[in-house]
Amino acid sequence: MSTKKTKTLDINASANEEAVIENPWQTLNAFTDARVGLGRSGVSVPTKHLLAFQLAHAQAIDAVHTQLDTHQLAKALTEQDWAPDCAPLILHSRATDRATYLQRPDYGRRLDDESGRILDKHTAENPHLAQYDLAIAVVDGLSSLAIEQNTVPFLAALSTYLNPNNTTSKHAQEHWNIAPICIVQQGRVAIGDDICQRLNAKCVLVLIGERPGLSSPDSLGLYLTWEGKVGLTDASRNCISNVRPAGLVYQEAARKAFYLLNEARTLKLSGVNLKDRSDNDLILNEEVESRNFLTN
Amino acid sequence: MSNPHSSFQFHHTVGERTFGFVDLADLMAKATPARSGDRLAGVAAESAEERVIAQMTLADLPLTIFLEQLLIPYEDDEITRLIIDDHDKQAFAPISHLTVGGFRDWLLSDLATPEVLTRIRQGITPEMAAAVSKIMRNQDLILVAKKCHVKTAFRNTIGLPGHLSTRLQPNHPTDDLTGIAASMLDGLLYANGDAVIGINPATDNVQQASRLIKMMDEVIQHYEIPTQSCVLTHVTNTIECIDQGAPVDLVFQSIGGTQATNDSFGFNLANLAEAQDAALSLNRGTVGNNVMYFETGQGSSLSANAHHGLDQQTCETRAYAVARKFNPLLVNTVVGFIGPEYLYDGKEITRAGLEDHFCGKLLGLPMGCDVCYTNHAEADQNDMDNLLTLLGVAGCTFIMGIPGSDDIMLNYQTTSFHDALYARRALGLKPAPEFDAWLAKMEIFKNNEQFTLNNQLPDAFQQSLNRMIGGRS
Repeated sequence: MSTKKTKTLDINASANEEAVIENPWQTLNAFTDARVGLGRSGVSVPTKHLLAFQLAHAQAIDAVHTQLDTHQLAKALTEQDWAPDCAPLILHSRATDRATYLQRPDYGRRLDDESGRILDKHTAENPHLAQYDLAIAVVDGLSSLAIEQNTVPFLAALSTYLNPNNTTSKHAQEHWNIAPICIVQQGRVAIGDDICQRLNAKCVLVLIGERPGLSSPDSLGLYLTWEGKVGLTDASRNCISNVRPAGLVYQEAARKAFYLLNEARTLKLSGVNLKDRSDNDLILNEEVESRNFLTN
Repeated sequence: MSNPHSSFQFHHTVGERTFGFVDLADLMAKATPARSGDRLAGVAAESAEERVIAQMTLADLPLTIFLEQLLIPYEDDEITRLIIDDHDKQAFAPISHLTVGGFRDWLLSDLATPEVLTRIRQGITPEMAAAVSKIMRNQDLILVAKKCHVKTAFRNTIGLPGHLSTRLQPNHPTDDLTGIAASMLDGLLYANGDAVIGINPATDNVQQASRLIKMMDEVIQHYEIPTQSCVLTHVTNTIECIDQGAPVDLVFQSIGGTQATNDSFGFNLANLAEAQDAALSLNRGTVGNNVMYFETGQGSSLSANAHHGLDQQTCETRAYAVARKFNPLLVNTVVGFIGPEYLYDGKEITRAGLEDHFCGKLLGLPMGCDVCYTNHAEADQNDMDNLLTLLGVAGCTFIMGIPGSDDIMLNYQTTSFHDALYARRALGLKPAPEFDAWLAKMEIFKNNEQFTLNNQLPDAFQQSLNRMIGGRS
């Protein structure tokens, strides 16, 4: 029985080799993440690449639907030497579950009643503190994976810019008085406005899990809003996208975020009137590697 | 005031119960097959029964009501003005006596031949098309769309019966020319790209658009490909590109069905007219002069808070009045891109894709569909296979083609180069004839009738590949 089975499998294996036509241009995948040169079985995608795609899609789906472990994240944040003195606050939007979240973006933009009370209580109990310069909201968004993997290393990189050597700067203007970090479940970008307003902070930086791409289930987005308050639109924000080890690396993301934070503080605004010129020196170099080999 | 239903313009009694509908917009919204965007807007039917009652009520209304009761006031909205001012009463005459329900029967009947449907199309308003689609099943939408023939041309002929074209979409997250060229090569060798080679730029400005337009023009000229190119940048950017001498084939714009939506997109009808004139002045078409490429999608008006309380499918269909005004080569409903707050799952995406294709074709548009989904929608490749197959049967003008279904710039999944070949083989659908001849000449197809690809790399492309691989290794 077992001999016969092995023989059948061998026949299948050899038939399979002839069935798949490889593409001579598959080496082009060294120059792009696009799925070029997959080859074909007849005119269809070969099994190997079909299943690779299915795996990537499964990971993206899981990134959307896996709940953020807020306590684990809060613990990790508390252990950092750059962490603000006050422990992170754990908040929730008005979207009660993921299905509601996905269909009602309006619920995801507002804190639920209990979360509102937590923030109001914090502000009421700490009147002696000077106004916060910056609120940081860590929001699950569409990828809890992005938050779990990127939050701590990104904030570590940012902290070296915000408060160098972890000491209070002599110049009040350069010092950033940071509110307790807010961790939010089932939140959208605009929930940062609600948080900024309740904490009476000058601006808010939202770290949010971006809509996962097939090859980027872990992409973190950063949104800066000056004087965030409920009702603002995206025109009031500046965005830094695709923060992850295989995308915009932490150090670069932190450099850009710090540039925008300083500009916002100087100009007292954010959004369309705050231009990101942090890369002005870099753009010219991009042409070097870019080449249309189809014609020259 | 003695009428207990005085706050309702329409009512319908079933047994003991009377259902009321405030006005025509309310009735249209509640008659719409269920979808998340209408629930988000708060305009959807509150029960399955109310939805069917609304459909019955709608079916009894005369088509002429849409010429009398305007869903967005004439004074407030240039698209309403366009719809009313351009309405062709002569073309409308043969169907002017029909109710919405009667219109469905007529469309399905043998009276409505392709020739008759072509003659009356300028007499149909977007609202009439939307209304009748709401009471049609998926198979009705397919069968009638298949009878609506819409032919357009630039460097090839798009939309002939029995044909399906593809947009080659070589997007790259940094607009890297090597990466774009790699996807273009892949697509051409998989016989894709007869509708257009169209790039969504990652950096959206005039300089970048010009650079990409020139790059695609060089490729089209070098290989003498009977197709056209387009960079999907804002219409005002393309006008600037033309002013600066860029070789623009097609002008792109995303369009919506209300003036306020288009305000939020930053353009108006005058901008489109100016752009069309500018593109026509270049006289780059060899077979025809359709120079516009529009994209639409249900939910864009609600997303811009510009929906005037209308359901999203009615807003979408009104966008087709904008498209129709400018004789486009291609119109593409990007059906699953907007996300689950507008179309929740595969079922809603499929329905919307078939509705958009039907309404577009009925109004005379070269309607294609970006059969697509995002990773936060309840949809997967199987849903896309289904919709692709249904649209292929319905005579869809074109679909997207992208390496392995994965758009690495826009982060969504659309149909692949392989998918297009699947549809050709399963349904016998050929590419545009001029492009088909080119595929044979270049030895990309070994057998055009059976859609068999060459197992060897054609000579012309071998040289290009050597430049890249040879030069690098």
